[in-house]
Amino acid sequence: MADLTTDFLGIKSPNPFWLASAPPTDKEYNVRRAFEAGWGGVVWKTLGSEGPPVVNVNGPRYGVIHGADRRVLGLNNIELITDRDLQTNLDEITRVKRDYPDRAMIVSIMVPCEEQAWKDILPKVEATGADGIELNFGCPHGMSERGMGAAVGQVPEYIEMVTRWCKQYYSKPVIVKLTPNITDIRIPAAAAMRGGADAVSLINTINSIVSVNLDTMSPEPSIDGKGSHGGYCGPAVKPIALSMVSEIARAPATAGLPISGIGGVTTWRDAAEYITMGCGNVQVCTAAMTYGFKVVQEMISGLSEWMDEKGHTSIDDFKGAAIPNTTDWKYLNLNYVAKASINQDDCISCGRCFAACEDTSHQAIAMSDDRTFTVIDEECVACNLCVEVCPVDNCITMVPMAKGATDPRTGKVVEDVYANWTTHPNNPSATAAE
Amino acid sequence: MPDKTFEAGIMAGRLEQQTYEAHFADLHPPLNRHEALVAADRCYFCHDAPCITACPTDIDIPMFIRQIATDTPDAAAKTILSQNIMGGMCARVCPTEQLCEQACVREMAEGKPVLIGQLQRYATDHLQEQGIHPFVRAAATGKRVAVVGAGPAGLSAAHRLAMLGHEIVVYDARPKAGGLNEYGIATYKTPDGFAQGEVDWLLKIGGITVETGCVLGADLQLDAVRSEFDAVFLGMGLSGVNALGVEGETKKGVLDAVDFIADLRQVSDVAKVPVGRDVVVIGGGMTAVDAAVQAKLLGALNVTLVYRRGRDRMNASPFEQDLAASKGVRIVTHATPKTVHGNGAVREIEFDYVGEDMSPTGQTLRLAADQVFKAIGQTLEGEDLPALEGRKIAVDANGRTSLQGVWAGGDCASGGDDLTVTAVAEGRDAAMDIHAALSGSV
Repeated sequence: MADLTTDFLGIKSPNPFWLASAPPTDKEYNVRRAFEAGWGGVVWKTLGSEGPPVVNVNGPRYGVIHGADRRVLGLNNIELITDRDLQTNLDEITRVKRDYPDRAMIVSIMVPCEEQAWKDILPKVEATGADGIELNFGCPHGMSERGMGAAVGQVPEYIEMVTRWCKQYYSKPVIVKLTPNITDIRIPAAAAMRGGADAVSLINTINSIVSVNLDTMSPEPSIDGKGSHGGYCGPAVKPIALSMVSEIARAPATAGLPISGIGGVTTWRDAAEYITMGCGNVQVCTAAMTYGFKVVQEMISGLSEWMDEKGHTSIDDFKGAAIPNTTDWKYLNLNYVAKASINQDDCISCGRCFAACEDTSHQAIAMSDDRTFTVIDEECVACNLCVEVCPVDNCITMVPMAKGATDPRTGKVVEDVYANWTTHPNNPSATAAE
Repeated sequence: MPDKTFEAGIMAGRLEQQTYEAHFADLHPPLNRHEALVAADRCYFCHDAPCITACPTDIDIPMFIRQIATDTPDAAAKTILSQNIMGGMCARVCPTEQLCEQACVREMAEGKPVLIGQLQRYATDHLQEQGIHPFVRAAATGKRVAVVGAGPAGLSAAHRLAMLGHEIVVYDARPKAGGLNEYGIATYKTPDGFAQGEVDWLLKIGGITVETGCVLGADLQLDAVRSEFDAVFLGMGLSGVNALGVEGETKKGVLDAVDFIADLRQVSDVAKVPVGRDVVVIGGGMTAVDAAVQAKLLGALNVTLVYRRGRDRMNASPFEQDLAASKGVRIVTHATPKTVHGNGAVREIEFDYVGEDMSPTGQTLRLAADQVFKAIGQTLEGEDLPALEGRKIAVDANGRTSLQGVWAGGDCASGGDDLTVTAVAEGRDAAMDIHAALSGSV
């Protein structure tokens, strides 16, 4: 069986599955149960400054986008950081870390952007024996209105400044958790790096209103007839998060910066994908909040089975393996030509490929009177829409054309050389560079 | 076990009261909202969907299912009812496994079609239970149309014609409107007075007068009706029951299955309907299955359905055959009745085993029987009808008969299967043609 042991910033955990800083990691009771279920580590729910803790709303905190059969596709929350006393949290963290020395214990922190505030809390956190801290520069709701969370994460100078304080007053690894509510994720990541961050974790939640109640005209979740934007997470955000992770992994300024991947990790496959994009581990929340802590067991068995199948003996074997294949559009090979191919044995004649192609794409699928659907190679641009709307897995595939063959759509021979937009004659910049 | 389980003879009250209630409850309990949403989500919204093609009334099935999936069941009901005004009944009695659900691509893909019939019921029930009638009449045309027969064909025609602005009088021989929906379908398929409820709901369109107790040829003459109205639609069904033509057929206990089914529908308490201990049903259609299953449900100890050909030739769908088998009905094939034995009342019935060509093999079968139900088909009765084709009224694609101004549809007319849904389609389409004729556009 593959070794899932992870070493992230020198912090060891038996597997790469950590619970993200969120409601599941709010207290000792949950975290002990999470560790018993098999989670490799936790990032404790964000701590605030000493003093009276924040107060949450007393109405609904969550809203959801449901798929078929009420499957949770996207989750929105308006919960704040921990609303429990600081010392209670610190005592619990100390006890849990003592009892589970082999698990990663990271403490998430969010205090005002004042040096003293960080100077006050960091020694207390250090005293718990936790393995590191995560700076919550990401929560987009509530705390951001008070100048914290995403309000910090949206200002690179603040990120750098606070990170530097943390490296100054805290001896263990510092992870900076980034907000996706910005235009270019590379900027805050670079700022964290300049401040001395040991790693970044991303993404935090995305500004969101999941729905509007059409009877009350209030956004959901509704508190006494009013709603506020929350933070969106769950399977729906994975593509956004994965792209942001890839940007940081690819950018020269931040390449090699350790990343903890967060955003819609629901199965082992999601986790594997994040790792191929350069993440040293992943953090999970919505899957646990939907199905309970036990889901980690599928993630462990699934990742392990896949690694065995591929001959990977450790996480490092495939970490970052997809980064070299993640490129800019302009470098995609324009001499690669494919055509859709419909397997008639698998086709159930639903006609969705036809409707999609005929109405919204390239009119490249023909339909016969007996509902046989065939690709018209003369029209097919290999857009892949038919593949994606077909309800039968692998019934329609994209088949690359052989080099030297003639593409019936363009009448041109498929060339055996790589050529991209930078050199294409239609590109107005193609010759200007010379 | 009640005392009457093994008692010979025809008697009521063979079962405990609560057993009757369970036996005659809804065959398919209605889907609740969540079940409907889950079932609706399985629809692929096929292009030019095969299920639509398979539906005799061409309901836009993917559209109504999508409307259910988006939580607008009343809109779904309008989609259904605009094509099939008896969508509620059809949702209950259509052989969907031979029509829309057989054509469903998920049937091909995984042997589990989308539950089209049950989803249709979810939508139509949702609308009709609110008492909403979603159609309004066009401006009055001043034309009057007579409809003979208040069954699915007649009511479908009447509704469409009323909607188009004509005045309609519907005549029916029975005391209640509904035709086979009211008298000819197993109780467990349409319990709780649904058939009458649907008729009442349908008539809310207005402009339709129903005259019951009027038999064509007796109380009502076609010539007189033709001269009184601008057009006539005949949808009176098949009132004659075919005879076995064997010795002993008139003995006590040999009955018409259609009467048994009608009695079960009309009694206030099915426990009062008498049934034999040993029941034999002769026939292979829906009527035979409905009679056999209900005899079993009433507490008959042994129920045998005897059909002259193989199971593959039975008009009853495989689903109906399986239903009968699951209720404990024994199905015997390749046997034709030979003699009814008994002294006054039937005691036994004897069959010849026959080959595919119906010739006796020389082997016979004797079944104990204190009750025999004949279900070998019904025939059109009446004189002075339009020209026939075979034993039914000849009609063209628009339902026109040989008589000027007379249209026909449903079981009494040639062409099409004898199904509720087919009758509704024929009534609707004839109505459109009548409207075109009365509007002078044809």
